[in-house]
Amino acid sequence: MSFQPVKFYQTGTFTVGNRLLAPDERSEQANPQRSNSINSGHRACQGCGEALGARYAIDAAMAESNGQLIAVNATGCLEVFSTPYPESSWQLPWIHSLFGNAPAVATGVAAAMKVKGRKEVRVVAQGGDGSTTDIGFGCLSGMFERNDDVLYICYDNQAYMNTGVQRSSATPPAARTATTMPVGPEPGNVFGQGKNLPEIAMAHGISYVATATVADLRDLEYKVRRAMGIRGARYIHLFVPCPLGWGTASHDTIRMARLAKESGMFPVFEAEHGEVTGVLKIRHKVAIEEYLKPQKRFAHLFGKHAHPEMVERLQAIADRNIRKYGLLDEGSN
Amino acid sequence: MLNKPFAITLKPGTSLANHTGTWRTARPVYLDRLPPCNNACPAGENIQGWLFHAESGDYEQAWRVLVENNPLPAVMGRVCYHPCETACNRGQLDEAVGINSVERFLGDEAIKRGWKFDVPAAASGKKVLVVGAGPSGLSAAYHLARMGHQVEIQEAGPLAGGMMRFGIPKYRLPREVLDAEVQRILDMGVTLKFDTKVANIEQSMKQGGFDAAFLAVGAHIGKRTMIPAADAAHIVDAVSVLRSMEGEDKPMLGRKVVVYGGGNTAIDVARTVKRMGAEPIIVYRRTREKAPAHDFEIEEALQEGVMIKWLSTIKQANEGEITVEKMALDEKGFPQPTGEFEKLEADSVVLALGQDVDLALLDGVPGLEIKDGTVQVGPNMMTGHPGIFAGGDMVPSERTVTVAVGHGKKAARNIDAWLHGVECKPAPKHEIATFDKLNPWYYSDADKTVRPMLDIIRRQTSFDEVQGGLDETNALFEARRCLSCGNCFECDNCYGVCPDNAVIKLGPGKRFQFNYDYCKGCGLCVEECPCGAIKMVAEDI
Amino acid sequence: MLKQTEGSKAVAEAIALCRPEVICAYPISPQTHIVEALGEMVKSGELTPCEFINVESEFAAMSVAIGSSAAGARSYTATASQGLLFMVEAVYNASGLGLPIVMTVANRAIGAPINIWNDHSDSLSQRDSGWMQLFAETNQEAVDLHIQAFRLAEELSMPIMVCMDGFILTHAFERVDIPSQEQVDAYLPPFDPRQVLDPKEPMSIGAMVGPEAFMEVKYLAHAKQMQALELIPQLSAEFKQTFGRDSGGLVRTYRAEDAETMIVAMGSVLGTIKDVVDDMREQGHKIGVLGIVSYRPFPLKEVRAALVNCKRFLVLEKSLAVGMGGIVATDVRMAVTGTGLKGYTAIAGLGGRTISKASLQNLFLQAEQEHLEPVTFVDLDWDAVNKQLERERLNRRSGPIAENILHDKGMLSAAKFG
Repeated sequence: MSFQPVKFYQTGTFTVGNRLLAPDERSEQANPQRSNSINSGHRACQGCGEALGARYAIDAAMAESNGQLIAVNATGCLEVFSTPYPESSWQLPWIHSLFGNAPAVATGVAAAMKVKGRKEVRVVAQGGDGSTTDIGFGCLSGMFERNDDVLYICYDNQAYMNTGVQRSSATPPAARTATTMPVGPEPGNVFGQGKNLPEIAMAHGISYVATATVADLRDLEYKVRRAMGIRGARYIHLFVPCPLGWGTASHDTIRMARLAKESGMFPVFEAEHGEVTGVLKIRHKVAIEEYLKPQKRFAHLFGKHAHPEMVERLQAIADRNIRKYGLLDEGSN
Repeated sequence: MLNKPFAITLKPGTSLANHTGTWRTARPVYLDRLPPCNNACPAGENIQGWLFHAESGDYEQAWRVLVENNPLPAVMGRVCYHPCETACNRGQLDEAVGINSVERFLGDEAIKRGWKFDVPAAASGKKVLVVGAGPSGLSAAYHLARMGHQVEIQEAGPLAGGMMRFGIPKYRLPREVLDAEVQRILDMGVTLKFDTKVANIEQSMKQGGFDAAFLAVGAHIGKRTMIPAADAAHIVDAVSVLRSMEGEDKPMLGRKVVVYGGGNTAIDVARTVKRMGAEPIIVYRRTREKAPAHDFEIEEALQEGVMIKWLSTIKQANEGEITVEKMALDEKGFPQPTGEFEKLEADSVVLALGQDVDLALLDGVPGLEIKDGTVQVGPNMMTGHPGIFAGGDMVPSERTVTVAVGHGKKAARNIDAWLHGVECKPAPKHEIATFDKLNPWYYSDADKTVRPMLDIIRRQTSFDEVQGGLDETNALFEARRCLSCGNCFECDNCYGVCPDNAVIKLGPGKRFQFNYDYCKGCGLCVEECPCGAIKMVAEDI
Repeated sequence: MLKQTEGSKAVAEAIALCRPEVICAYPISPQTHIVEALGEMVKSGELTPCEFINVESEFAAMSVAIGSSAAGARSYTATASQGLLFMVEAVYNASGLGLPIVMTVANRAIGAPINIWNDHSDSLSQRDSGWMQLFAETNQEAVDLHIQAFRLAEELSMPIMVCMDGFILTHAFERVDIPSQEQVDAYLPPFDPRQVLDPKEPMSIGAMVGPEAFMEVKYLAHAKQMQALELIPQLSAEFKQTFGRDSGGLVRTYRAEDAETMIVAMGSVLGTIKDVVDDMREQGHKIGVLGIVSYRPFPLKEVRAALVNCKRFLVLEKSLAVGMGGIVATDVRMAVTGTGLKGYTAIAGLGGRTISKASLQNLFLQAEQEHLEPVTFVDLDWDAVNKQLERERLNRRSGPIAENILHDKGMLSAAKFG
């Protein structure tokens, strides 16, 4: 991976900025002149990971495109909390059409820019995991396959939060949602086969696919900037915890993302033309329980009527990720 | 926007009209917590404050912040037992920040570059007598001079430094370093009179027209213990041995030297003797774990070939030999005689059993209280006699250079207040930035920089300084290991992690401000602040 | 330039003359030939600058058009039948956002049973989608209406469907006058969007609108179509000035003066109707024709004016409001509210059923004599229908309807379907 973390300036590249770093080594989020693409006054819940992730990602894209950016937004929390009439939080040209068509609308915008010879104007499409992995999946695949000049960013909070926390195909096994209640012998969501959208994107052979979390800002910004430097279809899958849907404290949003990554539950990597080219290694490995326990959606796995066998299965998923993507450095932990 | 489609098309950024701050049930507030290092420093140094400047490579500014509290950083960077490092939160992460080594680096830089103290405040017209040119006296003189008072130090001996010179061997504190830092204080206009033993303090004050006095004569009289000894047995005390090292006449101790005691002075003497070509053996009645000497000093002594007999007392001293009795610890940890004896070769015995204060100068001063051989002082360092203050080893406290320096500063502040007829009220202490207030995830993994050590042969044969200093690169590295516990170091995390853009970045050195119009009170900034400089406060609803 | 050509090809050439900038294509019969031809023109460089995008569904086709139109590019697509239904969510969205997309609907029946042949069920199902709908009677008119459609859509910032009968027009070879580029350029100025996604002037398009403003937004869409009622005749008149022929408008009458019986219809069937009316006029019947070009907006005033002097009218439509009867007829009846006119509805040609002159003449004569039921199903095989109804009465598992009917008609072996 070509993201070179600054090894040591008190906090290195772990914090947003740090006065000791040269300005060009600081994140865009440390910049007093950052775009604030999504402005104050939006109606996201307290501690919303998606609001944060969207600003992180779009600000980076704005910086990389010198403000020449158009955003297409699928229906969902992000759309609803940012643009209820009569106020919009967006500071860049932005369009919302439907739940399932953001990739196609973005294709249209990109085509318009191309035909008008405005090469400098870049297009980003964004949506939650529901619009990305479920209802907009067909359009997304089409956009990938044609290699349209669109960066698609999925803000994955692992369920349909806007409609009241229903299961999506990105909901992890065992998780409680309004449609996978913690009742019966196997409470919560089924242990299905999963729908690994980053790998599906990679299977399209598109030039760039990456996963990221709101806990690793510098990595995320690097990936957005990297993606913006490439033409054609690109995909970034951004992990954004949801305090409401997960039953976590509003101040724990970043911590949850960090634990997801450090436990191996959410592998952070990047791929070019279908091949993994870099992983963000686990820094301080944690057991899956440490990630699960603060979340009420997994509360039924612990306590009086615990399901240790389900915890074990989840740990096995994390272990498999660690093995598959090589998330641990040799000899560490 | 009037010509745009109604309602479905909106102006950008208009959500500013929606003040989401009304959602809040608790608000984040910035605060400064007391870093554990500062809290632990007997000299009251603003350690984190000077590290802050060292982190950015502004060593002169770092030094200037340092010397606001301590005028002897090069000395302190060598001889302080650094309780700051014991308290350092980084110790719970990997290893404590090498505060002491950075302090030494700054002190050495100051000497190398000839940095001078800031010009003192305007003259107050008050005169203060300082008795004793040890660390406490020098510290008090420095601070008083800064405050604009006229200061005269009267020192009984021929050289400045007190125990720094006569108690600490030069392999730990090279004399040119001490001289340089003393001279810098004198350069402020402080008068230092050598060979001026104050016999009667009241008289000296009256004679010199002093408005106040600070007594810091130290504790120089070696404690004796009753050892049955033959007339020919050669028994001396450790302080005398160390003091004589500073003069022309080096002590004549012979080849086999027994040092009796387990404190730092015992180790200092043994290591000094070793360097003089003798074979020292320390006899101590308890175990290594129970010895008051710092373990790293014991370790260094052992490395250099000093022998130590633990759990042993001297029963008899004769010419050329002593008899020791083996001891055993009882269940309470006290050593008890076993009746097992052993003879050791001993050309001399050096007693390192602690020191007493020479209190002669206080004879007849009304109001003073002497207890256990030390002068009692109040919280303001004043003795029972108004206008006479005391500090350092002559008052009840831990006897270290750092404590002495702290006494000097504290006394100076109180003398200043007393001279102005006011009470010195220390600023209220902030709550301590304990480790649980931090988010250590954000700090880079960085092991402590190891200071170079002199090679063992030269340690055994010369008085060259054992422990080397840091160079610029690794001093910077070490400074940057500081977690800045409890105080914003402008990492931009709060500014970055706020999902509501409700943190305003005020610019370099100006920190941040909350925009409570939009802050929803999620608490992410508090959770993700690495150094614990934000806390949530409930809103009145 | 006059040429003998296929309807689809002619329409493709007309579209190309309108300088579309983004075309999204997904195959569905019978519109496929149009986008095929356009694709070739783009690929060859004949039509440039233009992005031709092969999308993965009609839903994507309309969505791409939404994006390109919102970004200021003149956008076009074509569809039919199931394809139109598959994109319905985006169809409503395009009009809701006020995006002037032009879409050809090659009218075709909607399944099940699946059927590729012509009727008007598809576009009429989008009656309330907020799109304008113009119906072409001939391929010449299809060409002309597309040119007018871009102008109309872009002036109002509303999308429009140009409807032409699948196969009957799309696949028919006729003589068509293809205008010159100069003529089209003179008539159709470059697209100047009312709202556009552009970093130079950021705006947010597609807000969530609650009860406080939703009705107003919907009323404004209605108001635009009301404006179109005035604009369409103007554009038609301007078209005549530039191109020298009558085309478009809201409605067109044929031999309506002194007519006591009026036949109302849309699309290519008007040709057959006119032939029958010519024959009947020769026989002395006072019969005339009202062709509706603009189905949405529906020209209530013009329809009323065209019918108010007759004694009775028959709406012949290629669509069925199941459970009610006519779709177009309902609107026509509303137009003549209070006139006391007798009105009849005839459902004909569903799923491509041939509408013969004989059947029409028979129907019109009955209408003239006012012997018709309110709703008539032209050339319905009552025998087949009744047999099936009887089967269903007798047997719960009566089998698949379409196959049963084909069997009854002797067109299939029963054994084949078991």
